[in-house]
Amino acid sequence: MAEIVLETHALTMRFGGVTAADNVNFKLRARELRCLIGPNGAGKSTFFKCVTGLQTPTEGQVFMRGHETTHWMPHQIASLGVGIKMQTPSVMDNLNVFENIWLAARRFYPSDEAGRKTTEMIERLALGPISRSTLGQLAHGERQRVELGLVAVADPWLVLLDEPAAGMSAEDVDRMTGIIRELNKTAAIVIVEHDMQFIRSIAEQVTVFHQGAVLMEDHVDRVMADPQVRNVYLGKKA
Amino acid sequence: MTGSLSRDMILTIIVSAILIWIMPLMIATYTLTVLVIYGMLGLSLGLIWGFGGILCFGQAAFFGLGAYTYAIAAINIGESTVPMILAVLVPAIFAALLGAMMFYGRLTDVYLGVITLVVTLILFKFMNSTAGPQYVIGKARMGGFNGIPGFQTLNVPGDPDAYIWGDAYFYVCAVALAIVFVLVSALLRSSFGRVAVGIRENETRIALMGYDVRARKTVLFAVGAAIAGLAGALFANWGEIVTPNLFSLSQSAEIIIWCIVGGLGTRLGPILGAAGLAYLKFLLGQQSMIDNTLIMGLILVLFVLFLPRGIVPALASLWRISFGRRPLGRIHQVRRTRNREGTGG
Repeated sequence: MAEIVLETHALTMRFGGVTAADNVNFKLRARELRCLIGPNGAGKSTFFKCVTGLQTPTEGQVFMRGHETTHWMPHQIASLGVGIKMQTPSVMDNLNVFENIWLAARRFYPSDEAGRKTTEMIERLALGPISRSTLGQLAHGERQRVELGLVAVADPWLVLLDEPAAGMSAEDVDRMTGIIRELNKTAAIVIVEHDMQFIRSIAEQVTVFHQGAVLMEDHVDRVMADPQVRNVYLGKKA
Repeated sequence: MTGSLSRDMILTIIVSAILIWIMPLMIATYTLTVLVIYGMLGLSLGLIWGFGGILCFGQAAFFGLGAYTYAIAAINIGESTVPMILAVLVPAIFAALLGAMMFYGRLTDVYLGVITLVVTLILFKFMNSTAGPQYVIGKARMGGFNGIPGFQTLNVPGDPDAYIWGDAYFYVCAVALAIVFVLVSALLRSSFGRVAVGIRENETRIALMGYDVRARKTVLFAVGAAIAGLAGALFANWGEIVTPNLFSLSQSAEIIIWCIVGGLGTRLGPILGAAGLAYLKFLLGQQSMIDNTLIMGLILVLFVLFLPRGIVPALASLWRISFGRRPLGRIHQVRRTRNREGTGG
């Protein structure tokens, strides 16, 4: 069994009277690909934000490769070698594609090597023809691809992606799937996703969230066939 | 930013040498000196606001702090070298502390503006109320609203009797501005500068890449304050008196106007904006037909309405349109690549 790279112990997040994440115990092994699914308000994104340091959980702990990262800031978590992509494209609009990716590479490599890695990444993502265009001019799918590129260029060992396929064309999603598979050769990946099509095409292990808690955790086929999961998604009483 | 640092530097040196030679033929050096000093002050805010995205309403605080530090230190020491250094260090340290408090406290945007504004006001009020004899630092009396006159002005380092004044002082200030300009250019080309621009663009993204945004903003803020402090010390030497008006709100507001009119996100814009508007103010001050603050206000309004990016960016795009190489428009480029890849929208 591979080493556990991400683990949460009884992670709980309350907003006033609402318990958005309730006692979540989660384990992820090296080079595993895990999808988190669940209906709106199930606590996926809250869980994601607690893990990435964007929010501090009310109770419980987060561990990454043995470090307890519960009260860490996002930049400290990212410095460990964790790549994070938020739900909406979060890029630097007035900088060009090269600069965007270079900045991410520069965090972990000296200037020259960062330049080399950036060029490589731009080729891998087929962004060559637009490498000098500013991000503000690009289409949604291209921006998502650039953001994935700047996550990947830092050679992370853990990648956390919040709805990477949101709002993308089928063809962009295909390309995205390819990039994620490539990333998965070296990194463990957590994907928070809504798009069932996308999940079917990429997932193996799936964790289902419901009302802040983990409902089940199993292989994608069994999860999809599970009547309880279907009920949760269709909004019937389980 | 294209071109190498050395090419940029050579160009800067040539252009500033020509300007330093030609400008005194047109404008008296006494006036030019203060324009150069304002240019440096404009550059200090242009750096942190235009490139770091930190809108500081209190750049005048650091300017005044530099001037006061110089005056107080010069009275106590009697030679100008150490006071000049202190005038850079004190505002920088003050800004580092203030910046650390703001950035580590996760203050952003408008709150940052409020805090810097209030700090400027506090300094203004405080300096105004130091008329009593109990307000003394070493041999220097703070002097309240009368300020501090009669301090040792700039001298050749090591020789307190060899004053630098008149034309020579103009050359010192102009060279100082050129050096600061080159240093700022180098800073912006460095990784630190590029990350700073990244922070301006998207703070969250930069943090998620693993950069400590708070520390970087604090450092940049302190660098801006150091430049403003240097400008303040040069101003003190030029005016041979420092008064609380250095900290005034109108001074702070003016710096912001210089940056807007000159062009944010450029290095030259704030310098030209500062020198240009200050010269205009100087010319308008010689007539009494119309109040010059009215004209200043009108200029700001016209710029915000018709040239919101400022003079320098507008001139730069005009230059590109008229003389630059004409690459295919972005739309053509995209179509071309899409066609090549055999894909649609």
